[in-house]
Formats: sequence, structure tokens, C-alpha cells
Amino acid sequence: MNRRHLNVLALTGFLLAGGLQARAAAENDVFALMNLRIIPVSGKDIPSGIILIRGARIAEVGADVAVPPGAEVIDGTGLTAYPGMIDCHSYLGMLEISNVAATVDYQETGLTNPQIKAVEGLRPDSVHIPIARAHGITAAHIIPEGAFVAGRTGLIRLTGWTPDEMVIRDEVAMHMVFPSHPGFLFMQMVGKTQPAEKAVSQIKDYLKRVRLYGERKRMAADRPGSVPHEYDESCEEMLPVVEGRLPVMLSVHSEEDIRAAIDLVKEENLKAIFFGVSEGWKVADDLKKAGIPVILGNLYSAYHDFDDGYDRHWRAPAVLQEAGVLFALGTQKMLPPLGKDLPFFAAKAVAFGLDRRAALRAVTLNAAEILGVDDLMGSLEPGKLANIVLADGDPFEFKTKIKAVFIDGKKVDLNNLYTDKIKQFQKRFR
Amino acid sequence: MSEKTYRLILSVFLILAPVSAGAQDLFIKDGTLLTVTNGTIAEGDILIRDGRIAVVGSDLKAPSGVRVIDASGRFVMPGLIDSHTHIALTDTNELGAVVTSEVNVRDMVNGEDRRLFNVLTGGVTLIHTMHGSANPIGGQNILMKPKWGRAAEEMIFSAGPGSLKFALGENPKQAIFYPAKARYPKSRMGVKAIIRRELIRAREYMLLWDRYHASVETGESDPRPMPPRRDLRLEPLADLLRGKTWAHVHAYRADEMLEFLDLAREFHFRIGSFEHASEAFKIAKELAAAEVGITCFMENWSYKMETAEGIANNAAFCARHGVTVALNSDLGPQMMFLFNQAGKALRYGGLPEEEALKLVTLNSARILGVDDRLGSLEVGKDGDIAIFNRHPLSAYTRCEITIIEGVVYFDRDAYLETQRREEEKRRKEKKKKDDGKRPGRPAGPMGGGR
Repeated sequence: MNRRHLNVLALTGFLLAGGLQARAAAENDVFALMNLRIIPVSGKDIPSGIILIRGARIAEVGADVAVPPGAEVIDGTGLTAYPGMIDCHSYLGMLEISNVAATVDYQETGLTNPQIKAVEGLRPDSVHIPIARAHGITAAHIIPEGAFVAGRTGLIRLTGWTPDEMVIRDEVAMHMVFPSHPGFLFMQMVGKTQPAEKAVSQIKDYLKRVRLYGERKRMAADRPGSVPHEYDESCEEMLPVVEGRLPVMLSVHSEEDIRAAIDLVKEENLKAIFFGVSEGWKVADDLKKAGIPVILGNLYSAYHDFDDGYDRHWRAPAVLQEAGVLFALGTQKMLPPLGKDLPFFAAKAVAFGLDRRAALRAVTLNAAEILGVDDLMGSLEPGKLANIVLADGDPFEFKTKIKAVFIDGKKVDLNNLYTDKIKQFQKRFR
Repeated sequence: MSEKTYRLILSVFLILAPVSAGAQDLFIKDGTLLTVTNGTIAEGDILIRDGRIAVVGSDLKAPSGVRVIDASGRFVMPGLIDSHTHIALTDTNELGAVVTSEVNVRDMVNGEDRRLFNVLTGGVTLIHTMHGSANPIGGQNILMKPKWGRAAEEMIFSAGPGSLKFALGENPKQAIFYPAKARYPKSRMGVKAIIRRELIRAREYMLLWDRYHASVETGESDPRPMPPRRDLRLEPLADLLRGKTWAHVHAYRADEMLEFLDLAREFHFRIGSFEHASEAFKIAKELAAAEVGITCFMENWSYKMETAEGIANNAAFCARHGVTVALNSDLGPQMMFLFNQAGKALRYGGLPEEEALKLVTLNSARILGVDDRLGSLEVGKDGDIAIFNRHPLSAYTRCEITIIEGVVYFDRDAYLETQRREEEKRRKEKKKKDDGKRPGRPAGPMGGGR
């Protein structure tokens, strides 16, 4: 047998193995997760039940579910099933080492960048993604940062070989920073360098310019040559917002700015989500009345005035909950670790008064609703994507172990750099 | 009176003496006591006398006239220690030179730094506040108890060996300014060479002074010898070589920590801890054998190249291999919840609860050389206590009361009550101001003010 024969043999074997693999995948299209305590979030808890997964979706959830033959059975005795968590403000995949500029891709220079898309700065091989999903986070709302109009946010699943495989929505909202600090990249501080009035004017002037551009564009299309019209990306890419097809996610913090922003989005007829709202607790009723949903940021280090109380930022979610504001949590971390602390932020809010079930909703169903994907995720219901976390206890508690995570019906690898490095050095010390 | 009797009376007096000005008596009753060194005592009591723990037990009776803290349903642990921070200082780094062992952060103390209050809310009763990591040899560091409201001098805790800051890696070589600033050292090679150079000079200096003292004692020289010239930069290094001071060494990478261990062996000085030590897990056995501790983050990492492998399992892995591991905040928001960082050791490496508690108590005291005074609920130790509404290692816990030497410096209920009253006052004042303005105009951007 010469070399060529060996090559042919190897190739045949390879193809056969591939074929066998494909057959196995088809049979394993159905999973039955059995003997679980199930917390659907959208409905009552199920003390002992079954989740049936077919393909990427949840087929059935209940105490009594018929398991079809050929289904791969996973015994969840002792485990609780939760919906996969959703991080509503993340830089996952967009930064690796925060002070190594070459690895930082979530922020762009310039004031007005509606053409920028977060999903176009995404690196699927980031070490931070497997770490975050090992905590039960299955999707992340990734955010481009900038000084004024920062660009379009995106929604990614925390698995996938390529950006295409990861991207669920390549645009969710236009991130706009309320410009009370013109010239700064982005600010969490409540102190101001520009009064709210001026900031509002800046936004209104811009939106006016965009609308005029839109009008000229329409006129030029109706009667070519009638008006001069040229592609201007700072206007063109903002048209979906003024035409009501894309919501705005407005980063805004101080009490005065929030009040001004509430009036602004009403006057300009913008669909809006507010982010950050460090002093949102002061105007919770106004936010509720205006029906504006809110995404909270880094709960460990959120800005607050010393005089307002050392724990003001931790108590804020409970205040919003009581006022009836729809809110979700985001990790908003530009210093790694990224994303993984979402459940622990939720626990912090509970420690300072937020109802535990409300906290769970803030990282699951509320998040999905605010991001416009509650038909896809956020709860364990038939028809939704099978994004499921199996834990041996409360995933918000430190001592809990996350035993399995499913994204789009597939069990994901929970190994990550933490576990890899430990395994490596356990060998050194054997 | 004989020497022996005199010493006996003196030691009795010292034991009974209050640990410092402001120390008081306090009785804590019916709490779940997490002693750290002697397990858990359910429905336990602690009596603090003159700022020191006098009794630890259960079913005790409060002595008359002593303030009682009802800890029923709550968890009582030793006050937490932040073993690496820079608060309460008006400056952190002496940037004017590369070797600045002569500077002492004590000269920069600011007792009005509000973060002293903030750390109290997290149950912290001792901080190791330090010179920064801009220089290979930084400066002298101090311990403070955050006795919020008292003068800065009263906060300084003088027990234990001296503490001298060293730094290795990216910061002392000013990596982020490269190539703009041309200051030696620009590489890890230079950092090491500079430290070695200074240690050699310090050793010569120390021998010079030792010889001088010896000759003065024996009186052999006539006329009496001239003392060597004092060098305030070499003196702290000489104290390091004499064992009076311990080194605390900012380092991330395993290789540079190993090199520094060699240096310490060569010059016979003690390393209290490596600070940050992200890659300590790679050399856990070497660290354990050298009896050198680490004080690290549970999870901050990947913020510069040398932290690219700073995994969260570092702390638990090192602890399991016999390294003394402490946690710190280094100015991060964790300064207010170091107990959560300890709790995360349960998730990242499955450290047993007793060991996790040590990460912010006894181990921190050990690396600072003050474990005879702090770090556990034991008779004779300082009455520094933190009381939580739930187990301190639960993610749902909250610190409610912080006590230093028997004095309550933080009481959450009292704090919230004060907050409520002040908020009410502010609201009334605002209403008065608004009512004075044009009536009927709503607040908003065009309404002028709030």
C-alpha cells in the first residue's frame, strides 16, 4: 500500500465519520430535560417537570410531557431550570484587554456616528464569552460607545463560530448619549458642563437636519433633478429613527436631564429606552407615566451622590420596581470581567430591597421585552428559543453551580479560560 | 520591688489598658458568631471591654451599664480588612524619582476622605493604605482603622511590622507611556536591576551602622567614632533587611514573582505579600513553600497584558495549595463589599466557607503581621466586628453594623433614619423655594430650574 492509497483510505474514513456525525445530529434534534424544578418566569413554577426541546425551540414545558421515542434524555434530578439570562448592556466580544487599544473595539471617535454597528466590532473568539455563558447568560445586548450619536446596538447569542452565527439582531436601537458633557466620550457623572436646555437643542437641531435630509431625499426620488441630494451618512443612517422604525437608547443620568429627555422624546415622537438613569429613582413616577422602559447599568459602581446615600445605587432598582417602571439590568463593564456578574448584580439589588422574582424578571423577560425579542426569549415557554440554564440552586447565589446551559437548543461547552488554566496547572502540581 | 514583680504588674496593666483612645465596652448578644478560628457559635455573645474582646460564648449576661447590641437573627464576624488600598491619602505616588523608599504615606493622611465612611458600610475595620506602583521601590505604607469622625492621627494603627512598597512589571516600567517617556527602567530587566542595586547599597549601609553601634557599645574606639551619615532613602531598606519591615510587592506574572522570591532569599528579607499576583496559581507550591502570602482580586483581570491570565479561580486554587490568600479592593467599588468577593470563592474554586471568610479577615491580618491583634473573634483581640443581616458569604447579604474597638461607627438603621430626616428637610426647603417662584409653571427644561 503506497502513500496515495493511505490518503484515499484516510479521506474515506474522514467522510464516513462526518456522515455518522450528521446522522447523530438528526436523531439528537429532540432533547427531554427531565425531573427538573422549572422557573418559567412567565408563569407559575413547576415543582417537578419536563422541558422538551425540538431543534432550536422549546416544544413543551410542563409537569406531564410526553417524551417522544428517540429523544435524548437528560436527567435533571436536583436541578432547577431557568430561562437563559440576557445582559442588556454589554461589550462582550468587543474588547479583550481594556488598556490594550488594539483589542478595544466598542468605542468610535466623532460626535455623530449613526452608521456604526456594534455587531461589526464583534470578535467571536473572545475569552470573555465562554466565561459569561458559564454563569447562565445566553444573550447580550452589545453597545457601541461614542460622544453623542454612537451607533446601532446589536443582540448576540453567546455561542457561534462566526459573527453571522452569533448575531440575533444586527440592530436593536440607536445609542444616543444625552450630550450634557459635549466632547467627552461618554460620562456617567451627574455633574454637568452643559445645561439640559442646550443638550436638548443639540438633539433637536440634529433631528431637524435629518428630517430635512429625508424630505430632500424623497423629493429627489419623486422628481429626479429637482433638488440636490447626496448621500450623507450622518443623516441617512439616522432616518430609521426619525421615521419610527428604530428606537433610540438614550444614555441619560441626572434628574434634570431625565426630565428634559422625557419631554424631548414625546415632542420628537421617538420610541425610546433610557439607559443608566443614575438619578432615575428621583423621577421614577415621571418615567412610569411616560411609559419609558429603562436599562440599568453597572450596579456595583453606578454613580450616586454621597449625600444621597452610600447605597443609593443599590436601592434604585427597588424604587423603580415600586413605581412600576419596566426595567432590565446590564453589566456595563469596560474593565473585565465582562458580563458574568449579571446574576450577582441582581442579587445586590435584592439585598437592598428588590423583590427576588422582580430581579429574575429584570434579567430575563423584562430584558427580552425591552429589546423587542420577547417572542424569542426571556422565559421558558413553548415556541421560544431553547435558552435554558440548569443550576443546582439559585443562580444568583455564589455557592450555586451552573450545571448546563442550552442556547438555541444546543448544550454549550461550559469550559472557559478559568477552567482551562486551572486544569493546566493542576497537572503541574500533581 | 523585684524585676519580676515589676514586669508582672506592667503586663497586667497593659492587658487591662484600653487599646486606644475612644475604645469602649460593648455587649453583642444572640448572634450567629463566625469566629473564623473556632468555628460557628449559634446564639453567641461577645463582651468587649475597653476595646478588646474579653469574652466569647453563649448565654452570657450583659454587665450593667454596658451598651447592648441585639444580634439575634444576624451574623457576627471579625471586622473585614482591606489589605491593599489608597484611600485616605491626598496623594498616592511620588513620581519625581524612581526609588523613593524615604517617603511615607503617613505624611499624606486625610481623615476626611468620604471613602473611609464607605468602607465602614462594608464592614471594613482596618485598611492597609499604600504608596502606588509607579516606582520599583515606592514608599512606606500604613495601617488605619476607619474611625470616621475622628482625627486622622487617631485612625493610624501602629501595630505590626513596617510595610514597604515594591512594584514589578508594567507599572514601574511605565509601559503605557512607552515610547513617549524615557525613564529608566523601561523593561522588567531594569526594574529588577534597580531593586537589586538598592538592596546592595542598603546592605552596605546597614553593615556600616551595625559596626558603628557595635563599636559604641564596646567603647573600644578612642576618640568615639563618628556616626555614618544618615540616608533616609536607605534606612527603610535597611529596616527591611533587619526584619523590622516587610516587603509588599506589586506583581502580576509568575516569573517576576519567582525572581523576587530569589531576591528575598539572597538578601534575607521577608515578603509580607505579593499584591495582585494574578498568576500566583501557576507557582502556588513555590509561594506556599516560601511562606509568602498574596493579596489579590477575586475577579478583576484582563485590564493589561500582565493580567491576561488572571483567572478568578486564582484565590481558591492558591488557598487550597497552602498559600495565605487575602483579598483587596485597590480603590475599586469592592471596597464596600469585600465580603461579596470572599463569597465568590465559593463559585470560583469551591473554597470551603471557613476558608473563604479568612480571605478578608485572618489571612489579611497574617500578611500584615497583625494576626495577634486582628482577624478572628478571639479573647484578647481588638473588638473590631462586622454584623450582617444574612450570612456574609451570601450574595443577598448586607452589612448592618460596623464596630471598631467597641465603638459603633456604622449602624444602618440609624443611618437610614438620618437620611430620611435630611431628605425631608431638603424636600421642604425645595418646596419653599419652588412655591416662591412663578406659580403654575411646571418644572422642565424651559421652565427654568427645577
